[in-house]
Amino acid sequence: MDQAPKYTSRLFALEIAAILIALVFLVPFYFVVVNSVKGFGDLMRNAAGWPAAFRWDNYTKVWDIMQFPMAFMNSFVITFLANAGLIVISAMAAYRILRRPSRLNRVLFALFISAMVIPFQSIMIPLVQVASKTGLMDSRLGLVACYFGFGVSLNLFLYHGFMKSIPLEIEESAVVDGCTPFGVFWRIVFPLLKPMTITILLLNSLWIWNDFLLPLLVLHHADLRTIPLQTYSFFGQYTKQWDLALAGLVLGVAPMVAFFLMMQKHIIAGISAGAVKG
Amino acid sequence: MPHRSRRMAETALQLVFVGPALLFFCLLVFVPFLMSSYYSLTDWNGVTSRVVWTGLDNFRQIFLHDDVFRTSFWFTARYTLATVLLANAVGFTLALMLTQPLKTRNWLRTVFFLPNVIAGLLLGFIWSFIFVKGFAAVGDWTGIGFFQLPWLGTAATAFWGMVIVSVWQMSGYLMVIYIAAILNMPRELTEAAKIDGAGRFQMLKSIIIPLVMPAFTVCLFLAISWSFKVFDLNLSLTKGGPFGSTESVALNIYKEAFQNNRYGLGTAKALVFFVIVAALTSLQVFYTKRKEVEI
Repeated sequence: MDQAPKYTSRLFALEIAAILIALVFLVPFYFVVVNSVKGFGDLMRNAAGWPAAFRWDNYTKVWDIMQFPMAFMNSFVITFLANAGLIVISAMAAYRILRRPSRLNRVLFALFISAMVIPFQSIMIPLVQVASKTGLMDSRLGLVACYFGFGVSLNLFLYHGFMKSIPLEIEESAVVDGCTPFGVFWRIVFPLLKPMTITILLLNSLWIWNDFLLPLLVLHHADLRTIPLQTYSFFGQYTKQWDLALAGLVLGVAPMVAFFLMMQKHIIAGISAGAVKG
Repeated sequence: MPHRSRRMAETALQLVFVGPALLFFCLLVFVPFLMSSYYSLTDWNGVTSRVVWTGLDNFRQIFLHDDVFRTSFWFTARYTLATVLLANAVGFTLALMLTQPLKTRNWLRTVFFLPNVIAGLLLGFIWSFIFVKGFAAVGDWTGIGFFQLPWLGTAATAFWGMVIVSVWQMSGYLMVIYIAAILNMPRELTEAAKIDGAGRFQMLKSIIIPLVMPAFTVCLFLAISWSFKVFDLNLSLTKGGPFGSTESVALNIYKEAFQNNRYGLGTAKALVFFVIVAALTSLQVFYTKRKEVEI
């Protein structure tokens, strides 16, 4: 842009309007946070106003009832391992399929891509059967393996598209210098994939951290519950106790909101790039 | 023999690079998909090993006798239509506003996107509180009839409750895509139109909308696919109620299999669901490709 556009009164009016809409968007958060520090009676009498007295012990109670550190760790370990594995297997497969476009690999690529139209709900019933036959039920690693299966199509597709822009010459000269196929991939190609790896990491994290249905089907033991599962069972027990329920919700929402505020530039850039390509 | 050992090395590389991805994919997506097709033709109950072939009985049941499935399908279709139109309208309007040189636009973008990073399940719980307690409090305070409705208590308010939450959640995501598309418009065209004296409305109608058409396609079908598959939000906000009036197809399939233990019938419904989603998605790809050629 050659010159900064003038800040007219029309723009000012637009700015006010946009801020008002944003406040409307934020109202639900206000209600939840402000009521999460009220006593039960206070909450029932006046749900809209400022707390009569701040009851921080709602949070300490919920922290213990929900076993929040445990649920957080479960979510974290599952998201971390699923991400790590997905990135390795889909980057390697995408690389091989792109650089060796044999008939087999073209068929495999088509198979991976066409599976993206299968909604999870349409295969979840036999999936439970397969998972229990292969020992994936009721185990965090089993759930991680399930995410490998369900995430690999999209991740492979994104890596495949991105790799096309990496010039072949770099790899060829490395081969001439005596680099093994693994060396070429891990030392040369994989570092060049970094922008796409970050995008994939963020998209996968949002999906896996927030996922509810797959963990609900696979994890039954109370010690294995992720944050959404734990919130669900907590709500089942404390349906009418809004003071505790809301504190639990704030705890459940907080990690993802913090993560988003830290990574928002990358997340928003990733979505824009993904949509333009997709 | 060097030729043979090279082929073996190639095979080994193929196995190491593609093998793991293929293994997990086959085990967890491909095999369940094939099993699903088979079980849909049986009366399997998920527990016993006795599986009786029943031919097309399940599909006959679904299309001719299952009123609950028909209700859930009709709800899902109406919910999808309302959500897709409203979320795109809101998302596009926000994008138009936030591509103006506003001082707070980065902040605003963050705020509008925020609902999208929260799990659908938790959003449903949050909003069930807002509808039941928050709206009531605002209604008492302001006396506006809209807030005094029995939210989530009747079929109509539960329907619009679902739509409101979904629009609130999705529009920020769609906004990000629209913003990227608007910023990608070739500057020469917009500048030329301004010099030729195009008004704001004309600019929108003749320049912006045609140029961001591919983004419309992407956003429309993203929203269709999310809305049609809605499950978490449905479970936590209305549980399909009141009286099953807001039960989505995904929730119906889940209940059929895991609560009624009619796995055969559940897989048949899941297969019908797959065909519809696959058709919608393929239509998206086809339509997007055609639009791309035109641009």
